[in-house]
Amino acid sequence: MMRFMLLFSRQGKLRLQKWYTATAERDKKKMVRELMQVVLARKPKMCSFLEWRDLKIVYKRYASLYFCCAVEEQDNELITLEVIHRFVELLDKYFGSVCELDIIFNFEKAYFILDEFLMGGEIQDTSKKGVLKAIEQADLLQEEDESPRSVLEEMGLA
Amino acid sequence: CPENEMIRVIRSARTQGEERGVIQRECAAIRAQFRQADSGGRSHNLAKLLYVHMLGYPAHFGQMECVRMIASPRYSEKRIGYLGAMMLLDEKQDASLLITNSIKNDLSHSSQYIQSLALCTLACMGSAEMCRDLAPEIERLLKASNSYIKKKAALCAVHIVRKIPELGELFTPSAHSLLSDKNHGVLHGAVVLITELCERNPGNLDEFRKAVPELVQIMKGLVTSGYSPEHNVAGISDPFLQVRVLRLLRILGRNNDEASDAMNDLLAQVATNTDSSKTAGSAVLYETVLTIMDIKSESGLRVLAVNILGRFLLNNDRNIRYISMTSLQKIVQTDHTAVQRHRGTIVDCLKDQDASVKRRALELSLALVSAANIRSMMKELLRFLSTCPPELRSHATSGIFNAAERYAPSQRWHIDTILHVLITAGGDVRDETVPNLIQLISVASELHCYTVHKLYRALISDISQQSLVQVACWCIGEYGDLLLKGDCDEIEPMQVTEDDVLDVLETILQSHMSSPTSRGFALTAIMKLSTRITNNIDRIRSVVSIYGSCIDVELQQRAVEYNALFKKYDHMRYLIMSSHTIILGIPMSKSTGFKLHSVVEGWSPQDILSVIMYKHTYTQSNFVVICVVPTILHSRYG
Repeated sequence: MMRFMLLFSRQGKLRLQKWYTATAERDKKKMVRELMQVVLARKPKMCSFLEWRDLKIVYKRYASLYFCCAVEEQDNELITLEVIHRFVELLDKYFGSVCELDIIFNFEKAYFILDEFLMGGEIQDTSKKGVLKAIEQADLLQEEDESPRSVLEEMGLA
Repeated sequence: CPENEMIRVIRSARTQGEERGVIQRECAAIRAQFRQADSGGRSHNLAKLLYVHMLGYPAHFGQMECVRMIASPRYSEKRIGYLGAMMLLDEKQDASLLITNSIKNDLSHSSQYIQSLALCTLACMGSAEMCRDLAPEIERLLKASNSYIKKKAALCAVHIVRKIPELGELFTPSAHSLLSDKNHGVLHGAVVLITELCERNPGNLDEFRKAVPELVQIMKGLVTSGYSPEHNVAGISDPFLQVRVLRLLRILGRNNDEASDAMNDLLAQVATNTDSSKTAGSAVLYETVLTIMDIKSESGLRVLAVNILGRFLLNNDRNIRYISMTSLQKIVQTDHTAVQRHRGTIVDCLKDQDASVKRRALELSLALVSAANIRSMMKELLRFLSTCPPELRSHATSGIFNAAERYAPSQRWHIDTILHVLITAGGDVRDETVPNLIQLISVASELHCYTVHKLYRALISDISQQSLVQVACWCIGEYGDLLLKGDCDEIEPMQVTEDDVLDVLETILQSHMSSPTSRGFALTAIMKLSTRITNNIDRIRSVVSIYGSCIDVELQQRAVEYNALFKKYDHMRYLIMSSHTIILGIPMSKSTGFKLHSVVEGWSPQDILSVIMYKHTYTQSNFVVICVVPTILHSRYG
C-alpha cells in the first residue's frame, strides 16, 4: 500500500500531505522535512526511485511541484509512477491546465479529488472518467447545499 | 471565498515573523467563530484552519469543530468536517472516538456521496475499536449496494483487516463473489482485499486458490480485449488492475504446483504480448516477471522472465534499468546462470550517471563475480573504483576485497589487487579490514619484498589514507630489512636509507591527519625496526622516550612499554620485536625450516608467557612458538 503522498514545491513548501497510516504529528513533520531534503537534492536526470528508511520512494516533478509517494517493499514502483500521473491528469482535467496556484488556493478540492481516487493507500477507481464524474456530482451536491434556501425550503415544505 | 483571502494575506507576508503574526490573528478569529454557533461560514472557517495546519502551525483546537461538522446534516459541512478529521484527528486522539457514531449513521445514508465520506474517513484513520464496531456495516455494504459503494467498502474492509486481522473472517465469503463484478473499481478492490486476506492469514490461501481460474480469465480479458477508452493507458487495458491481479496470482501460486500450473500459460501470454514501450506496459511486465520468478514456473518461463529483465537493462528509461537490477539482485543466487548472461550489460551500468543505478550495478556485479570471470570483473571493478561516488566507496572496497579473497587466481594477483585498492582508495577502506589484509600479506612470503616496496612508495607521497598508512606501517616494521636492502625483482630499485624510513614513520606519528590507530601502528613499526636496523637505534630510543609523555593514553602506554624494553628488558626486545618464530629451550638447529632467533635458557614460564602475550598484543606479527620446556604446551599464535 501507499503509506503517504506529499506534494511540495522546489522551495520546500508543502502543498498537500496525505497519510494512510496512523503517525504522530511530530514524526510526520520530521519525515516530511527529511524526505523533502533528500528529494530536492536529486539531480534532474536521476531515477525516480530511491530507498529511504524501510520504504521505497517514488517521485516525479511536474512543473514546480514534486509528487512524492512512499510505498512498501512489495509495491510496484512503475505502477506507482502511473498512479502519480493519473492523479496529475485528474487535477489537470478538473482545474483545466492545473498549476501550483490552483493547488494552493483550492487545496480542499485537491484533497477531495485524491480521496475519490485513492483510499487507504490503494486505488478505488481505475477509470479516469469515473473519478471525475463522482467529483462533479459531489460538487453539485455541495453547490445545492450552499445555495440560499427559501423559507419554505428551510421548513422542508418545498 | 474567505479562505482564499486569508491565503492571499498569508502569502504576502514578507518574513517568517510577519507570517506568524498573520496566522496568530487568523487563528484567534477562527477560534472565536468556532465558539459562536454561526452556521453560515463554518465550512470556510474550518478550511482556513486546515490551510494553517498544512503550513505547520498547531490546529488541535479545531478537532471538536470537525466532530461537530461531521454531525451536520449539510453535505458541504460534512465534506470539510470529514476532511478535517482525516487531517487533524488520528486514532491516537480521544476525539476520534466521538465521530464513530456519525460515521455509523452516514454509512447508511441515502446519499451515496455521504456514505462515501464516511467510508473514506474510516479507511483513512479508523482505529481498531472503530473498525471492530463498524465491520458488520462494511460487510453489509460489500454485498448489498451499487458499484460506487462496493468498491469503497472493499478498500475499507482492507483497512479493517490490516487493523484487526481476525476480522478477515467476516469478509472472506463476500470477497470471492466480488470477483464476478464487471466494474473495474470493484474488481480492483476485491483483488486488493483478497490479497490482504491471504497475506494476513495463510489459512485463506486454499480457499482463494479456487479463484485462480477466475483471475486468469480476468487477466485474459484485459490482455486480449480491444481498445477500451475508459481503461486504456498507453495501449494497455487497465494496467492498475493487471498489476494487482498478477500480484495476487503470485501469492496464490507460491509453493503450490497446481495453482502455478493453472497460471503458467497466462503468464507466458502476458510476458510475450505486453508492449513495454511505455511505463504502463513495463509496469505490467515487471509484475509478471516477479510472479514468474516467485511461483513454481517451468524453466522456460523463468528464462523468458530473466530475458525480459535483460531487455529492461537496455531500456533508455533509467527507471526501468533500475527496476531491472533490483529484480536481478533478488534472483541472482537462485538463477545465477541466467543472470550471468547479462553480466556485460550490468557492468556497463557501473558507468551510469545516477548513483542509485550505480549502487545496484555494484551489488549485482559483486554477486556475479566467479572463478571464471574474476580477472575481467576485477578490471571493471577497479575501474569503477576510480570514479566511484563517495557514498559507495567503502562498500566497493569491501566487496572487492571479498571477491579477491574468494577467487584470487594467484597470490601475486591477490597482493596486487590489495595494493591497488589501498593505494587508490585507502581512505575508504574500512578499518576492520586492516587485520585481515595484514594476515593475507604475511602469508604471501615470496612477495614481502615487493609488497613493502610498493607500500613504502605509496606512503611517501600520501599519508592521509588511514588504512593504507596502517598496513604500510605494519609492513615496514615487519619487513623493514627487505625494504632497506633496496632491490626487489619486480620494481625499479630505489635507495631507501634507515633515516628515510624513520622520517616517514615519524611524520605519520606527528601528523594531525593520522588517526590514533595509525599512530599506534607507526610507533610499533619504529620499535620493530630497532631489531632490523643498525645505525639509528638511538634515534628510535629517543622517539620512543618522547612519546612516553604523549597525551594520547594508548600511545603513551605503548611508548612506556617500549621504553622499558630498551631499558630493563633489552634482552627480550629482540625476541618480541622480531618476526616469525620463537624457539625456546633448544639449541639452534639447521634442520628446521624456520628462522631461528634465539635461545633463552633459564627463563621462567611467566617470562615466556608474557613475551608471547606481549608480542601478540603489540606487534600483530605472525609467529609460532615452539617450546620444548616441558611445563608449557605447544601453541600457535597468529
